[in-house]
Amino acid sequence: MTPLLFLGLSAAGGIGSVLRLIVDGTIKAHTRTTFPIGTMIINVTGALLLGFVTEIMLRDILPDAWRLIIGTGLLGGYTTFSTASFESVRLIQQHRYLSALVNSLGMLSLSIAAALTGAVLGGLL
Amino acid sequence: MDDYTSHHTPNRARRSDPEDMLPIDPDTNVSDAPVSGPARPIHLRWRYISLVAVGGTVGSAAREAVSLAIPPMAGIPVAIFLINIAGALFLGALLESLARRGPDEGRRRTLRLLLGTGFAGGFTTYSALATDTGFLLAGGQLWDGAGYAVVTVVVGAVATLTGIGLAAGHHRRQLAAAGGDR
Repeated sequence: MTPLLFLGLSAAGGIGSVLRLIVDGTIKAHTRTTFPIGTMIINVTGALLLGFVTEIMLRDILPDAWRLIIGTGLLGGYTTFSTASFESVRLIQQHRYLSALVNSLGMLSLSIAAALTGAVLGGLL
Repeated sequence: MDDYTSHHTPNRARRSDPEDMLPIDPDTNVSDAPVSGPARPIHLRWRYISLVAVGGTVGSAAREAVSLAIPPMAGIPVAIFLINIAGALFLGALLESLARRGPDEGRRRTLRLLLGTGFAGGFTTYSALATDTGFLLAGGQLWDGAGYAVVTVVVGAVATLTGIGLAAGHHRRQLAAAGGDR
């Protein structure tokens, strides 16, 4: 990996992180639920897009450098595991076990399904 | 970070049960009181956006550095697994530590956005977890894929709890050393 590509990937990760902040804040401003739906939406949409990006790279539609910047950088920074895990633990601590299950294994299943959907969509190109 | 680690920060808010005060989502604008002028939510203020951008850039650089250093084993992305577990431990410790020191404002909010939402958020990733698992499953490695994904989520929750516990223990020892509570 060239230093320039590494810098580009890192900067894209910073942009992705800001997108996460804005999307999460906007969702929270427009919903009343105490369920952490923002992180769920972020991670599922990020997985959908990464599945798509990975598939079109594998089919040589997208150069690998762009997969690293958009996929590893932007979408890697946009989605987050640590916050999702923290929110699940908080739900367990509040004895909201069904919500915790939805936020952990539910989010996991949805994200995997989204990534596969993205890959299928990428295959249609 | 310096004052926090060198114990110079007084424990301004000693709450009986900090867990009740800590929002589920660390980005909830619970105490976003306007200092002057109309209140703007955190996600629309340039100062906070810049903190998250810097933290997210460094976190993503660290993630890629670890990924380059640790190759996948039998198709399992070991680097991403370790990154997500370490990031979960770190975020648990950070948020618990900040919540025990007082409300989400001033330097505590700066640290939360820079190190939590920014660094830990950019360091860890869910899209790679989902996509790598999806491609393992689609490639017929059903047990590898399912095992990788479920173990990540379960060990991640344990790591988060461990981080919270470490920060809580540290806080209690500090209070005891200061000749404080009980």
